[in-house]
Amino acid sequence: MTTTSSSAFERILDPSGRADPYPLFGELRRTPVARQPDGTYVVSTYREIVALLHDPRVSSDRRNLGGPDTDPGASGKEDGAISFIGLDPPAHDRLRRLAMRHFGPPHSPGVVDGLRPAMLAITTELIDGIAGKRRADLVDEVAYPLPVAVICRLLGVPQEDEPQFHAWADQIVETLGPGEEDRAERERERLAVARDLERYLGGLAEERRRQPGDDMLSGFVTYRGPEGGMSPEEVVSTAVLLLIAGHETTINLIANGMLTFLRDPGLLDRLRADPGLIVPAVEELLRYEPPVQLVSSRIALDDIVIAGTTIPAGSPIVLALAAGSRDPGHVADPDRFDPCRARNEHLGFGGGVHYCFGAPLARLEAQIVLAELVRRLRGPRLVADPPPYRPSAVLRGPRHLLVDYEGVAPA
Amino acid sequence: MTDGRIVIVGASLAGARAAGVLRREGFAGSLTVIGDERQEPYDRPPLSKQVLTGQVAPGHTMLPHLREVDAEWLWGTPAAGLDMAGKQVRLADGREIGFDRVLLATGTRARPWPDEAEAALEGVHTLRTTADAERLRAALAARPGRVLVLGAGFTGSEIASVCRELDLPVTVVERGPAPLVNALGGVIGDVAAALQREHGVDLRCGTTVTALEGDGQGRLRGARLSDGSTVEADVAVVALGSIRNVEWLRDSGLAAGVWGVACDAGCRAVDTNGLVTDDVFVAGDIARFPHPLYDYQFMTLEHWGNAVAQAEIAAHNMVSDQAHRWPHLSVPVFWSTQFGVNIKSVGVPTFADEVVITQGSVAERRFAAVYGYRGRITAAVTFDQGLWLEFYQRLIESAAPFPPEFRHVDQDGDGGPVPARVPERLVATAGATVVVTGHDPAERRASLLHAPQS
Repeated sequence: MTTTSSSAFERILDPSGRADPYPLFGELRRTPVARQPDGTYVVSTYREIVALLHDPRVSSDRRNLGGPDTDPGASGKEDGAISFIGLDPPAHDRLRRLAMRHFGPPHSPGVVDGLRPAMLAITTELIDGIAGKRRADLVDEVAYPLPVAVICRLLGVPQEDEPQFHAWADQIVETLGPGEEDRAERERERLAVARDLERYLGGLAEERRRQPGDDMLSGFVTYRGPEGGMSPEEVVSTAVLLLIAGHETTINLIANGMLTFLRDPGLLDRLRADPGLIVPAVEELLRYEPPVQLVSSRIALDDIVIAGTTIPAGSPIVLALAAGSRDPGHVADPDRFDPCRARNEHLGFGGGVHYCFGAPLARLEAQIVLAELVRRLRGPRLVADPPPYRPSAVLRGPRHLLVDYEGVAPA
Repeated sequence: MTDGRIVIVGASLAGARAAGVLRREGFAGSLTVIGDERQEPYDRPPLSKQVLTGQVAPGHTMLPHLREVDAEWLWGTPAAGLDMAGKQVRLADGREIGFDRVLLATGTRARPWPDEAEAALEGVHTLRTTADAERLRAALAARPGRVLVLGAGFTGSEIASVCRELDLPVTVVERGPAPLVNALGGVIGDVAAALQREHGVDLRCGTTVTALEGDGQGRLRGARLSDGSTVEADVAVVALGSIRNVEWLRDSGLAAGVWGVACDAGCRAVDTNGLVTDDVFVAGDIARFPHPLYDYQFMTLEHWGNAVAQAEIAAHNMVSDQAHRWPHLSVPVFWSTQFGVNIKSVGVPTFADEVVITQGSVAERRFAAVYGYRGRITAAVTFDQGLWLEFYQRLIESAAPFPPEFRHVDQDGDGGPVPARVPERLVATAGATVVVTGHDPAERRASLLHAPQS
């Protein structure tokens, strides 16, 4: 590699290549642990990514980055203002437990499955909404409204506030990602938007404290157990995290899914003939077109020797999940979409203690909406291939997905 | 080898798994699986957990995919003998099944209470099979006044945990200084003891039950303990470990005894002379094999994961030639769920002289403990921190130095290394004496002299 040509990773970050980063990920994997000019180490092979996801010498707390470049705003933050995705154990474990208590087993085992009827009803309404025409943008008209409605319902955000919500989340997502050079500037942008979102959620939390409902926000503000509960700052930071992580990723999973299906008419026919196939198909999507392509926020706390390379203490680490899930050393014929893979072990939801909190929700939403789109859209065709993409290299997905169709089957 | 006759003795996890692997590896000959239980292979870990609480029905722990293998399954037919020269397995009903290669995977059974009359009292249980689990579940559902658990190994501790979950009073009597000591040593054993007491278990360590007492009508009334005290209980569970099902191999000429069946790292059985056999393989709870990571010491591992991994190695080697055989080198892993804590272990925690808490907090019952032996890492145990275990496994595999000295998350630590306090290991020939006879090298032979059976 010469200093004049950009590295495979720099080209991956360049939005112009967003439509198909996979050849670049293949190039990246030739150096499983690749040092970037800014000192970041990018890890791209399956085995090494899994190892680092389970390595306690890898921190998710950016306050450990140290050095003169650290943004003073971030390093001065108290634990409570940082959501658990940016914390290490034990603070991470405590907050995640407090959040999980209102979302999944063992304390709330029925929450996700209980949303199934609502998800189907919202999906039906959205697809009914495009039945009268012959062209629709599946991102704006289906893939976006469903996850937003579901996460808002879960958290207890009033329906009329959903569009405002999505705008905030969108702006925040575009400031995320690897790269240390412009990080301080992006962090300032992010904080400006986050302040509005936090102010709104703080107000909502205050209402729920006075008058609790059966939503997660009410659970966050009211629960007090043997290890206490969430502070007001923690309630807000956790809600912000779940809102952003809970819908941007699912929108991309759904849009990437329809795009993949529409590119392969044979696959569409198989999905129509065997509706049960949608379950392994979503699993394969998480491997083949993962909504979260990069984990870009890890820091080495000590020198870590991996795949023959030493990552020095204090270095930022990027885990290229999308490259790892297509590592030919891990999965046979990795660039083929095959919903019938026997043992589909992928990095679509990450791994280790930061494994995707909302995985069961994302799976179910994608299964329901993709199954309904496959069943109801008659003769769907892509209008543009590739479609236009959002700029983010981290949360990758189409900005629009225009589809022509001959009709819409009844619900 | 792709044809011929293979017989597997034992139709539980290891045996059934091996059958599937043999077919997957292309073995197209005749395959017979002999099992002494009258039912299909099933999963045992839930039997001391969700089955006892009633969350899972006893019949719902089947391993259906293991049964789908193309083989002749002989259920309810215990093996009675192995004729190595004649290459036949003799069944208890007198039938003889010939083989070219045989896999021994007869597993273990629960060690019964030694006094037969006391063991026969109504209310006295052991736990190994689904039938055992169903009987014990029913007994607990009848809400006894107190449950007595004899032995605080993993099974006994899990049963005590279930009792507390069901809000039943329970007394646990343990011969050693703390629960789980035989598997995890005294340091973590003390944590387990505190955990039990916090959850309301009446735990009596350094104590044994000297007698189970009936009410005169054949029902259990209570027990007398070695410290002179008595415990009133309607239900007693004898959880004093297991006995390996190897009696049927006693005159086979194999190095088989209470310690298991000795074999090499490729699962080939060793005969009484210490010679490796060509056509007799061993896997699962009864296999006593040398592990290179642990000074080549011979060990048996009664873990779910070992049964699966070893069965795969054995099956592969049964149909492979010398140049293509694999060694069983997997690092042992096991887990337990008790008192709301998920305990996981990697490596061999008893192969240790020191232990150090690396991550988390013992006081909060969430931590990782690392075990070392002569300056290298040999095991790790986690309480509700199991997601880090892969990392420690790699340290064990790479013989990383102990104590570990790197910076990592959650590094408060509870001080430096302390003595691990692990029990003495079982002597390989316990219960039998080896004698060597003959002068000429062609005549020199070793044989096992068994102590008279009590």
